[in-house]
Amino acid sequence: MQGTVDSTPVVTGHAVAAHEEHQDLRVLGLITFLCSEFLMFAGFFAVFLVFWGSKAEWPPKETEVELLLPAVNTLILVSSSLVINLGTKAIKKNDLAGLRRWFGITAAMGAIFLAGQVYEYMHLGYGLKTNLFSNCFYLLTGFHGLHVFIGLVLILGVLWRSRRADHYSDMTHTGPEMAEIYWHFVDVVWIVLFSLIYLLTLL
Amino acid sequence: MAQADILTPSGVQGGHGHPDKWKWYDYFTFNVDHKVIGIQYLVTSFLFYLVGGFMAVLMRTELATPDSDFLTPELYNAFLTNHGTIMIFLWIVPAAIGGFGNYLIPLMIGARDMAFPKLNALAFWLNPPAGALLVGSFFVGGGAQSGWTSYPPLSEITANLPQTLWCLAIVMVGSSSILGSVNFLVTIWKMRVPSMAWDQMPLFCWAMVATSLLALFATPVLAAAMVLLLFDINFGTSFFKPDAGGNVVVYQHLFWFYSHPAVYLMILPIFGIMSEVIPVHARKPIFGYKAIAYSSMAICLVGLFVWVHHMFTSGTAPWMRIFFTISTLIVAVPTGVKIFSWVATLWGGKIRYTTAMLFAVGLLSMFVFGGLSGVTLGAAPFDIHVHDTYYVVGHFHYVLFGGSVFGIYAGIYHWFPKMTGRMLNEPLGKVHFVLTFIGTILTFTPMHSLGMQGMPRRVAMYDPQFTSLNQLVTVGSYILAVSVIPFYINVIWSWMAGQKAGPNPWNALTLEWTTDSPPIIENWEVLPVLTHGPYDYGFDPTAEDAEEALVPK
Repeated sequence: MQGTVDSTPVVTGHAVAAHEEHQDLRVLGLITFLCSEFLMFAGFFAVFLVFWGSKAEWPPKETEVELLLPAVNTLILVSSSLVINLGTKAIKKNDLAGLRRWFGITAAMGAIFLAGQVYEYMHLGYGLKTNLFSNCFYLLTGFHGLHVFIGLVLILGVLWRSRRADHYSDMTHTGPEMAEIYWHFVDVVWIVLFSLIYLLTLL
Repeated sequence: MAQADILTPSGVQGGHGHPDKWKWYDYFTFNVDHKVIGIQYLVTSFLFYLVGGFMAVLMRTELATPDSDFLTPELYNAFLTNHGTIMIFLWIVPAAIGGFGNYLIPLMIGARDMAFPKLNALAFWLNPPAGALLVGSFFVGGGAQSGWTSYPPLSEITANLPQTLWCLAIVMVGSSSILGSVNFLVTIWKMRVPSMAWDQMPLFCWAMVATSLLALFATPVLAAAMVLLLFDINFGTSFFKPDAGGNVVVYQHLFWFYSHPAVYLMILPIFGIMSEVIPVHARKPIFGYKAIAYSSMAICLVGLFVWVHHMFTSGTAPWMRIFFTISTLIVAVPTGVKIFSWVATLWGGKIRYTTAMLFAVGLLSMFVFGGLSGVTLGAAPFDIHVHDTYYVVGHFHYVLFGGSVFGIYAGIYHWFPKMTGRMLNEPLGKVHFVLTFIGTILTFTPMHSLGMQGMPRRVAMYDPQFTSLNQLVTVGSYILAVSVIPFYINVIWSWMAGQKAGPNPWNALTLEWTTDSPPIIENWEVLPVLTHGPYDYGFDPTAEDAEEALVPK
């Protein structure tokens, strides 16, 4: 590149464009951040796998996991990812009522998921400190639950802001879009987590 | 005339509701201007540099004699833990990445600010409380004592409260680092002036891309380790408690998955600074632009797969020793590419021995030495011999002090005129350089020898046979302590009353030199358009060297 002189003649057009606001980069920023966040979960998953690989019995007899409730929960969370997508599709067609409806349903599904997880915790019969498996179990599911909670807060935030008729439209819908992306992220992590802790340990 | 022409068409003015200039107190607020944030990072980190340096001086005073007669062993441990932690997380990382990255990236790529200014300010303001936690931990139980690595079980059985505060501090600076990386990546990717292609970007920006990717992928794993450690200490889990089925080596893997890339976090931005400082002060185009740019990316990629070389003595399987020895030695290749490119840039240049250039050339020699001892440590057979001795301490201080700190100094001498509008005093700068150079060699070279003779690191007492070399090291450390005095005087005095710099005192070509010094609030009245590459020195179209550079008095 040495000596390449790029004397671009588009002077006036550029000078004007330069003062415009830059494009909305928040979605890109969120995705970049979620890459990082995924690595944090990957760290926890790696810890879980290492312990699994080094133990004869995993999970140990006294701390086995229940399957039915988490399976129902999985169904709810995975389908909520489709529901939230309907919400952002609606706002892209300028359908504010649709956005509010579908986001409301997603929030309810998220809340049911969390309630189900709390119910599961209360009926497992062992706690965080019982053994190494229960350490991992509560840490992983709890940490994921925290992310579901954050996602729920984001969705409720979108609902709160959508009270004003002109806040979101087919032109401005970055907020709902970011909530959706975050929700999908939470969903994907859950699928990995569910497969690891609940399904593969059955084998 | 720099990398661009400033166009001043009529009718386009600034005026975005900001004041014309920031007042001094704006620097103490949640300000979203990337230049304010950059200065905030730099000033904060230079304060913590003094705190960490003070701890080092106390430790070296203790080590002047073989017995433990100056500090209690517990206090010594707390100082060595927090010296390392502060120097890494609150000095080099925030200065090199947060400080220079935030200040320079938008200016170098022709942007008005970072992509997410509020996030940026948030990232900075996570740092001072983290520092307060570390310093505060000394008053609630004597400070964490398990070294900056905080290996369990030691970290779980000593000083629980300070250790908890330590973990929280690391989580905070880690979060800051991740948020900063998101900002850097999106900014560099999307906010370059339209006329700037990837291969017309200043090399500092390339270095910051590599740095940010590493921070983005590695830091969350450290956060995971911290969460597990916090749970073990405070909530009765047993992830790292062998007696309850846990495994301490798991912590080491998580920790080094971050902390080895962390050494590249601390040197890649410095490599970027080198690639800016050397061509400007040698008045020559950088040799091998693409080689330098891509070697940063190569270090970023390979650097993610070398972490086990810190664990050759942790019961590591032979195949892992072989794999990680090889991957570690491979890192020397892209690093060597950079070194040779800089030497080739200097070759035949019209070198001006400004203080910035002296520190850059000093870095070259120091870093080659530290890099070579790094290669020896990367080889498992040798590493097992010197593991946990002063050889390791000597090695990493050569790269961190002789590399990173020299680079930060070079960057300050180079960009201080841009940041403040005033030149640093050159004679005082040269005194600073000479003291630093002598101090570095005297402090860190004998450590290699001590390590080869078997002196263990991290212990307040040692065998009397090591006394004379240790006293040499202590003298060196005092010289280093004295060396910062002319620097701080220089910075404070020049900031207030130094010679006026003008927009482009070095006749440099990158975009930051096309605006005022210090730059106006949104950097340019009208964004610049590129007319030539960032390092096109000595070519006709620019005719740079026809004008004499401003010679600082």
